[in-house]
Amino acid sequence: MAADPRGVLTGQHYLDGNHAACEGALAAGCRFAAGYPITPSTEVVERIAQRFPTMGGVFIQMEDEIAASITLQGGVWAGKKALTVTSGPGFSLMMEHVGLAAITECPCVFVNVQRGGPSTGLPTLPGQADMMQARWGSHGDYEIIALCPQSPQECFDFAIKAFNLAETWRVPVMLMMDECVGHMTERVVIPNAEDIEVVERNFTKKKPGEYKPFDAGDGWVPEMAKAGDGYNLFVTGLTHDERGYPVMNHHAQEKLVHRLVDKIRKNADKICEWEEDGIEGAEVVVMSYGITSRVAQRGVEIAREQGIKVGTMRLIVAWPFPEKRVKQIAPTIKSFVMPELNYGQMVFELERCVAGMTRTVLVPHGGGEVHDPQVIANAIIEAARGKN
Amino acid sequence: MSDAGGAAKPKKVRGTVFVEVERCKGCGFCVEFCPPRALDLDTGFNKKGYHPPVLTREEDCTGCDLCGLYCPDFAIFGVIIKKSA
Amino acid sequence: MTEVAINPVNPYLRMDRMPSIWCPGCGIGTSVNCFARALTQSKIDLKKTAVVSGIGCTGRVSGYMSVDSFHTTHGRALAFATGLKLGNPELNVVVYSGEGDLIAIGGNHFIHAARRNLDVLCVCVNNFTYGMTGGQVSPTSPATAKFTTAPLGQFEEPFNLPYLADSCGAVYVARWTTFHVRELTKAMRDALKKRGFRFIEVISPCPTLYQRRNRLGDGLDAMKYYQEKSVKKNGANTSELRIDFQSEITVGTFVDRERPTFADAMNARYKEVLGPRYVPCPDNYVPPQAKGEGT
Repeated sequence: MAADPRGVLTGQHYLDGNHAACEGALAAGCRFAAGYPITPSTEVVERIAQRFPTMGGVFIQMEDEIAASITLQGGVWAGKKALTVTSGPGFSLMMEHVGLAAITECPCVFVNVQRGGPSTGLPTLPGQADMMQARWGSHGDYEIIALCPQSPQECFDFAIKAFNLAETWRVPVMLMMDECVGHMTERVVIPNAEDIEVVERNFTKKKPGEYKPFDAGDGWVPEMAKAGDGYNLFVTGLTHDERGYPVMNHHAQEKLVHRLVDKIRKNADKICEWEEDGIEGAEVVVMSYGITSRVAQRGVEIAREQGIKVGTMRLIVAWPFPEKRVKQIAPTIKSFVMPELNYGQMVFELERCVAGMTRTVLVPHGGGEVHDPQVIANAIIEAARGKN
Repeated sequence: MSDAGGAAKPKKVRGTVFVEVERCKGCGFCVEFCPPRALDLDTGFNKKGYHPPVLTREEDCTGCDLCGLYCPDFAIFGVIIKKSA
Repeated sequence: MTEVAINPVNPYLRMDRMPSIWCPGCGIGTSVNCFARALTQSKIDLKKTAVVSGIGCTGRVSGYMSVDSFHTTHGRALAFATGLKLGNPELNVVVYSGEGDLIAIGGNHFIHAARRNLDVLCVCVNNFTYGMTGGQVSPTSPATAKFTTAPLGQFEEPFNLPYLADSCGAVYVARWTTFHVRELTKAMRDALKKRGFRFIEVISPCPTLYQRRNRLGDGLDAMKYYQEKSVKKNGANTSELRIDFQSEITVGTFVDRERPTFADAMNARYKEVLGPRYVPCPDNYVPPQAKGEGT
């Protein structure tokens, strides 16, 4: 289905990533947003607050991120596409409601413009240290989807993708930006509304009485209904059966939670997305995501100038992780090299998937700035020589 | 019912209660707050071991449904029995 | 002589979930009775009615009501309700939860929902304790009463909930006990018909934890206490409604006023500034492909 033209600012723009992410959300049909100011993400909701009133959207600045992260779910059950936007400390506060969205299969988007942490850390400077939190931050077993844009254009494109994935799989989707991408200003091309593919919510056509809100049938994802449609919905954060009724035993837990996990894990091939280059015959493959992938590109070039065969793999979807592809590549190379703006997060997932078939080398950086490309190049060169 | 004809007396409204015995948890709210005190707790038990209410003085019940309003377990309610003409 | 009589509350409940989890003598069910009758009397469209709860004994109310039910996270019912109501202004949204949920962990959302005059009815069943977790001290626990986490007696100042709601801007504030079933029903009916942030405190027995630990007897004893010690004072100054241990309980309707709701204020402001360019929610846009596809 094509996008609602009222939300699409067709044309060429010069936007930073935060504003572009806002435009992507509007193009995707987001018409409800709840936020709380936090650096470096605030521009997203500022722009939403400005843009929504002319397109039937509702924005509310809530009293804190805990509120914002569940207010948006109220908006979803009212029938809207909804998002919230935050950064490090706010993301921590939102974690309980990531779990709620997971267990109630509430399609929604969390935008996290990552900064340096822990705690208040570096509010105005970049980090990529929430990647594990995005995946594991809420208690219990569940799966989410996380996207990592590396440019303002991708902030726009991936915001649309985030909503489409949320609607397709009924999961919370994390748009994992970072301060650099959020505040970097570049050309952003917004296509015509009819050229933007938007996934609408799969509302049930069943009659009340026939419809079970958490019955996925033979598939993975139940049809949805919204409040006010006469279905007497029962939505609970407790473990529940197909009707939504709480059931406190291990059978219900197994049935529900296993599906919540498997609907992503077993469909990872459909969800995973990455860019790769020069893998064939590579000695070393550099895996990266977000702003770091742009810095790593320079490091790769330096290494290639030295005659080293370097492949690259850039994560577009970080969660679920492209395990299958990593397992294909691993036995063919000397080493993976992974620069991240943290002291090791996605690299552990890489290491798990590599399963000893090759080496993995982390190029850590605590955040506050991006890597020096030379440091990445050095790591690649040493990996190729088997030294690090 | 037969006394509907002729007499100058105002019609006396009478009522009754319905008890869902197995839903009762024996709190006694209905018995205590029944305006005409028409209810008692049964000496017998339901399956869960509670004493459900019984309408021991049916002639006193007005069908006011205050028992229904008080019952926290939705186990009792009163109805007014309208006399047929 | 008669057809099968049906309990008037049954159509409002998910009967397949009965019996409830509530203890014998708990007052939450009584308040639900009043609420069900208020729903009938107010004649609001049940299909457009949603009940939102947080966590706790009273938090289970939403799940027993046969309307759209949302059993959310601890303390966040009002925040969820904010999204639900603003996302679909046609809905009648009722938040039904306990004092621990709404006022302790959810206190921040409570004061802001009242300040914004969010158009929801907020029913707070106050039984002075955390029942679900076993009888801990709550923000309304009266001084000297004992709790598992205040074994030597509570010594903090309790919240006076009507005063809190009034101060924050609620347009309707009432307090009744589960003894006052007719008054409570009427209050709920009146509040359902009103717009804005409406707050009803329902003082309710917790025989298993609060009463037992404080040697106050069972649910029925609590109800008799409410009967004897309640003083009706409609329009009372809300600052004088503090409840101490086994003290008098002032009940009544304390606040009934008008004030623009969040949505009223938002719509007015945007219309003033944007004129015809303002597109209020709900958005009725139908993508062109969807028209005439018959789906």
